[in-house]
Amino acid sequence: MNPILDARGLNKNFGAVTAASDINVAVEKDSVVGLIGTNGAGKTTFINMITGYLKPDRGAIHYEGRDITRLPPRDITRLGICRSFQIPQLYSSLTVRENMHVALGIVLRNAGLGGFFSTGEPRVPGYDAPVSEVAERILERFGLTQYRDQNAQVLPGGVRKLLDIALTMAAKPRILLLDEPTSGVSSEEKFGIMEMVMGAVKAEGATVLFVEHDMEVVARFAQRVLAFYDGRIIADAPPQAALADPEVRRYVVGGELHRMDEAAARA
Amino acid sequence: MDQFLAVLADGIIYSAWLFIAAIGLTLIYGVMKIVNVTHGSFYALGAYAGASLTGAWVARGLPVEWSYAVLLAGALAVALVVAPLIERGILRFMYARDEVVILLITYALFLILEDTIKLVWGVNPYFAAEPYALLGSFEVAGLPYPTYNLILVALAVVSGGGLAWMLQATRVGKLLVSVIHDPEVSRAMGINVGRYYLVTFTFGSLLAALGGSFTAPTVSVVPGLGVEVIVLSFAVVVIGGLGSLPGAALGAIIVGLVRSICVHYAPELELFVIYFVMAMVLAFRPRGLFSLAEPRKI
Amino acid sequence: MRRDRTPLLLGVLFLVVAAAGPWIPPWALFILTIAFAKGLVALGLMLFLRAGLVSFGQALYYCAGAYAAGALGRYLGVSDIFLMMAAGCAAAALLGFILGFLLAKYRGIFFGLLSLALSMILYGLLVKNEALGSTDGFNILPSTLFGVRPSQEWLRYAVALSAAGVALAAAYLVHRYLKTPLGRLAPAIKDNEIRVEYMGASARHAIHTKYVIAAALSGIGGALAATTVGHIDPDMSYWTTSGEFIFMAILAGTGSVVAPFAGALIFGVIHTTAYDLSPNTWQMFLGTSLLLLIVFLPEGLWSLFRRRKAA
Repeated sequence: MNPILDARGLNKNFGAVTAASDINVAVEKDSVVGLIGTNGAGKTTFINMITGYLKPDRGAIHYEGRDITRLPPRDITRLGICRSFQIPQLYSSLTVRENMHVALGIVLRNAGLGGFFSTGEPRVPGYDAPVSEVAERILERFGLTQYRDQNAQVLPGGVRKLLDIALTMAAKPRILLLDEPTSGVSSEEKFGIMEMVMGAVKAEGATVLFVEHDMEVVARFAQRVLAFYDGRIIADAPPQAALADPEVRRYVVGGELHRMDEAAARA
Repeated sequence: MDQFLAVLADGIIYSAWLFIAAIGLTLIYGVMKIVNVTHGSFYALGAYAGASLTGAWVARGLPVEWSYAVLLAGALAVALVVAPLIERGILRFMYARDEVVILLITYALFLILEDTIKLVWGVNPYFAAEPYALLGSFEVAGLPYPTYNLILVALAVVSGGGLAWMLQATRVGKLLVSVIHDPEVSRAMGINVGRYYLVTFTFGSLLAALGGSFTAPTVSVVPGLGVEVIVLSFAVVVIGGLGSLPGAALGAIIVGLVRSICVHYAPELELFVIYFVMAMVLAFRPRGLFSLAEPRKI
Repeated sequence: MRRDRTPLLLGVLFLVVAAAGPWIPPWALFILTIAFAKGLVALGLMLFLRAGLVSFGQALYYCAGAYAAGALGRYLGVSDIFLMMAAGCAAAALLGFILGFLLAKYRGIFFGLLSLALSMILYGLLVKNEALGSTDGFNILPSTLFGVRPSQEWLRYAVALSAAGVALAAAYLVHRYLKTPLGRLAPAIKDNEIRVEYMGASARHAIHTKYVIAAALSGIGGALAATTVGHIDPDMSYWTTSGEFIFMAILAGTGSVVAPFAGALIFGVIHTTAYDLSPNTWQMFLGTSLLLLIVFLPEGLWSLFRRRKAA
């Protein structure tokens, strides 16, 4: 079975700090993987290396068999690996609708459409409809329609998160990397956001990796959990097993034991 | 050998002038993070004040030996009056804006000040050569050099050294360094950042005014004096690193020597080469030759 | 879907100039022509402004275009106005393409200062260049159109009409560009360049493209101004010239491709009248206007129109 994403022997040091130590991960197509670990454990470094923001000191990353280790973020995005951000990265002076238009415009451009010499209204590949229509569709799917004429910077926290993720998914990525999709969002909204995202993923089909601190979310949505500690992966198992793992409990979850037990019981 | 000494002497004098012209600019950028185009205006204001006051002083038959103090007084007067007006009156409200916008604001102020100078002092040239002539000349490699130029060199050394000492050794200086590194944190620690901005802007402008005032005896003071100074000061400051005091010195020395070499051996390159060096530094080390490591953004 | 009125507006403007031109006195036609020329430069600056960048040295391309046109006349005896503009465009575009590799990497103050340095480099080179007349510059022959030299009374009209045609056509092309995905990227780059990269677009490539377009526009403007005034000199590359263009661009704002020409025209009219009335307060007036603009109307005059429409 060929994994869609294959990271081998990744190492990354920042001076004396080891952010990644011999990381080996093979991700199957259409799987949903949760990445857990305390801050500084190496989860974000791992994502940064996959998306090209950082280059590993040693090791290689293959995507559908192709070596993407040294590619810049822009190229990696074009190949189909898109990420969302812990702190939503939006175009703050543009409206929600305009944000989406920019995203779709880039999709058009990367497909070579809508250039200076083109005529008529180009159709966005993957949706087969003009930009404005596709934008409305995506906004509706993520429950953002009511916000479409508001400037991105005045949006409430949960909505910003949703927009960030919606922008990431606009390009119909093959691999979706979500960096703390529910952080900074009230507990009632957390599940709602993930349901929306996973619903969209199921409809389009994509491989998902998400970083999470909330173990309930992890237990509910992940098929597989990777636990990071000190730059290494200390557990690689389905949620129930991973959350029951004594090392994981000790290094990752710390004092949240009773919440975790509830999550494990529910999973 | 003679030629070499001549080039060196010319270079040093020009470097001193450039340093005095640029030091205020880099100080203001370092503390307030603004590129201050009115810097050229203060240079011109200082020149006009110094020249006109000295002219009046000498015309009344008062002793020429005191004219140096008059030059100093002229610079002090314009800087202490105009700078706080600008900072408190306009700039203070604009600090939240983008640095390019602030630059454009100072550019607008520069334009206003240029014509204000014309209105106050008229368009005819001012000459105040007495302080310059009084000191006579000395010889370097068979060529006469006005002794007055040594005053410029002395002024450069004193202002540079004084500022450096102040930043390192005094309490005010250390607080200023804190403001340079992080105004937000400084505010949180109880430092009155607004007051430091006012003082810095005034002091930096004073340095520019001093530069203009003490250069006045060597030139004819005409409208547009500040225009060339600004761009040259930019060049010096960029080469050395925006906000860096040793950088300003290094930048001044480099530009001064390079220009001197050009004037003697390749005059057609004189103007071009300064901006060429500035462009090269911007291209390869945009933070200047004395830059600190740049912090990561994500 | 709101219909795009800009192409219509551009067409109407051209017709107005064509029809009303013969009745407009030559000195007014002169101001109009210069407004088109400088408006082109301001149009280029507008492209940057939308991306959050200000070029302090756009005069570089204005001057380069002027000298290219001038050289064409001086050394090859060419005086056709369209050839002059083409030469200015080509020379400036080539220069912009090469320098763009460097400049597209910078943002904010550094972009501004580097562009300033480059324009002053050209100034320094020209001032000391005896062959090109150093500080005095040199003169240019009166324009011909397609081989015909218009009579003295029709010359200004012919030049103004050519200027209008080229400028408005250029504005139309820029307008089209701004509707492409790459053209639309500017506000996004200004807001969040990182996000742009992570969406799979290259901010640097977009900026390089805009830089070349702006250079080309400025080159046409410079050639046009040169042939209209009949004289070129190194001051065209001085940083104060760049300052004028920035003023026009800020006056115009980023809302429409027509705005830079309006801004240039207003500037031209004010400059002529204010300078005649009181040459020693012209800069003060300019500075005060600029200050007021930045503080109260940062989006330019055009934002007044937009606000009224929305209200």
